[in-house]
Amino acid sequence: MADTTLETFAINFGPQHPAAHGVLRLVLEMDGEVVERADPHIGLLHRGTEKLIEYRPYLQNIPYFDRLDYCSMLCQEHAYVLAVERLLGCEVPIRAQYIRVLFDEITRILNHLLNVTTMALDVGAMTPLLWMFEEREKLMGFYEAVSGARMHANYYRFGGVARDLPDGLEEQIAAWIEQFVPKFDDMDGLLTENRIFKQRTVDIGVVKPQDALDWGFSGPMLRASGIPWDLRKAQPYEVYDRMDFLVPVGKNGDCYDRYLVRMAEIRESLKIMRQCLEQMPEGPVRVPDQKITPPPRALMKSSMEALIHHFKLYTEGVRVPAGEVYAAVESGKGEFGVYLVSDGSNKPYRCKIRSPGYVHLQALDFMSKGHQLADVVAIIGSLDIVFGEIDR
Amino acid sequence: MPVETLAEREAALKDLLGLIEGVLGDHLLDAEIARGELTIRVPAVSIRRVLAYLRDDPHMLFKELVDLCGVDYPERERRFDVVYHLLSLKHNQRIRVKIETDETTPVPSVVELFSTAGWFEREAWDMYGIYFADHPDLRRILTDYGFDGHPLRKDFPLTGYVELRYDDEQKRVVYEPVKLRQDFRTFDFASPWEGHGGLLPGDEKASR
Repeated sequence: MADTTLETFAINFGPQHPAAHGVLRLVLEMDGEVVERADPHIGLLHRGTEKLIEYRPYLQNIPYFDRLDYCSMLCQEHAYVLAVERLLGCEVPIRAQYIRVLFDEITRILNHLLNVTTMALDVGAMTPLLWMFEEREKLMGFYEAVSGARMHANYYRFGGVARDLPDGLEEQIAAWIEQFVPKFDDMDGLLTENRIFKQRTVDIGVVKPQDALDWGFSGPMLRASGIPWDLRKAQPYEVYDRMDFLVPVGKNGDCYDRYLVRMAEIRESLKIMRQCLEQMPEGPVRVPDQKITPPPRALMKSSMEALIHHFKLYTEGVRVPAGEVYAAVESGKGEFGVYLVSDGSNKPYRCKIRSPGYVHLQALDFMSKGHQLADVVAIIGSLDIVFGEIDR
Repeated sequence: MPVETLAEREAALKDLLGLIEGVLGDHLLDAEIARGELTIRVPAVSIRRVLAYLRDDPHMLFKELVDLCGVDYPERERRFDVVYHLLSLKHNQRIRVKIETDETTPVPSVVELFSTAGWFEREAWDMYGIYFADHPDLRRILTDYGFDGHPLRKDFPLTGYVELRYDDEQKRVVYEPVKLRQDFRTFDFASPWEGHGGLLPGDEKASR
């Protein structure tokens, strides 16, 4: 053999690879073991949510938002109801605001526990997943208690939430927080200083602050690169301005920092949940406007007007004034936004869903350049992607 | 930290708009502040110049392109809007920039300014058929390989044109025209009693 020239070759990663976190098809151009180019092929889970939304009355669209990112369901509903509320111009009762913040934080913990533990699983640690999924199961129990569904809650409504918390739930949540902390400490101790885990994640997929902005990062991905930006602090919605919590920020912008930021955020979420439970006042949970909220069942038996309102709300639905609005919330993965255009009818004219995962996955190419194949798995894990929201 | 009221927010946006008008002047077609959000409309040809100014000017620093999407208005002469949402972390402001285009006129790509525009523009191309000039890699992104048409256009039917199934004889997935097992149902619950101008059948007799 005289001159042997080495050429790059392409390998196909996914769409059925367990470390691809769903249906990611990744075409990797490899130079030996080193990645030259990563080309994600997405859309294998595309369900045309935005098209479907244009054909449904406003109320019937809330369940679609549970089914985008199926690990942070209520945060996404929150963005949509915020957008509709801004167009309607309605105020949300204070108790409903607290309930929403409480459940947003439960959702954030659900999301971060899933991401942190599956990322650990991808780099070889199985125990955290087994421990923490038990806790996730209990949190989904709270979802079930308020909405009847473990995951796809369909709980938030325009001008409030569907129904008040059932009796005793607040105590149950408080008790869960207390028993969760030692278990979380155990998992923290098992993983954070683990030699193998650090070997696999430190200095992998480093993102500098200016790159993070250029690639449109948000949420933990942005904060891990050292930019202190959190919509809950910067542009507070609901009662986040009354909450006392810290925004954890990373230093190096590598996979390990993203992991640390998420771990710290779980502890901050617990703080917010405690404050919600302490401060939550009694009161109504839905706006009294009968053009938005259906009347109570008992009233419909005696009041003709209530019956008409009920009939109109469940046939024609809510009529939303013409206009456009962009509402964003800090979901577990980053800025989840809804750009809603209304033409004054009972269906949205256009609803663009801005999902954080879509933006983050796009940066995979530049993050994995020059890394080894095994590091790509760690990077994908740290991106926190869920295909429900990327493909929509 | 006290929360900004809507009036304070709109006053801040008015100041911002004043600055933008001062610099962009002739590039600005229209501007609106509604519900605490600032929208400006600019000609498609100057979108790069406008976004570069919004990104780099020290009073603006809209460093992050949050979203880019198309909107379809088929009754208009130039049917598509391309909507850019920008976020300034430094000044904690958002701005919406809109341009108009049609099926055949290309829009300048802004990938050079914001790397994140790459996939957003691919999505707008895929969903609406808005062509972005000088885009480095304008392929379809969300739809299937070999898909035909642009599904988010208003004249594209909700059911699409083809459906696919696994064919046991050919041992592969095959495409076939859509066959609906029952009629496609759309319920129009809009009230017939509103918006007709207040005249009911028989009202003309009243003035006789």
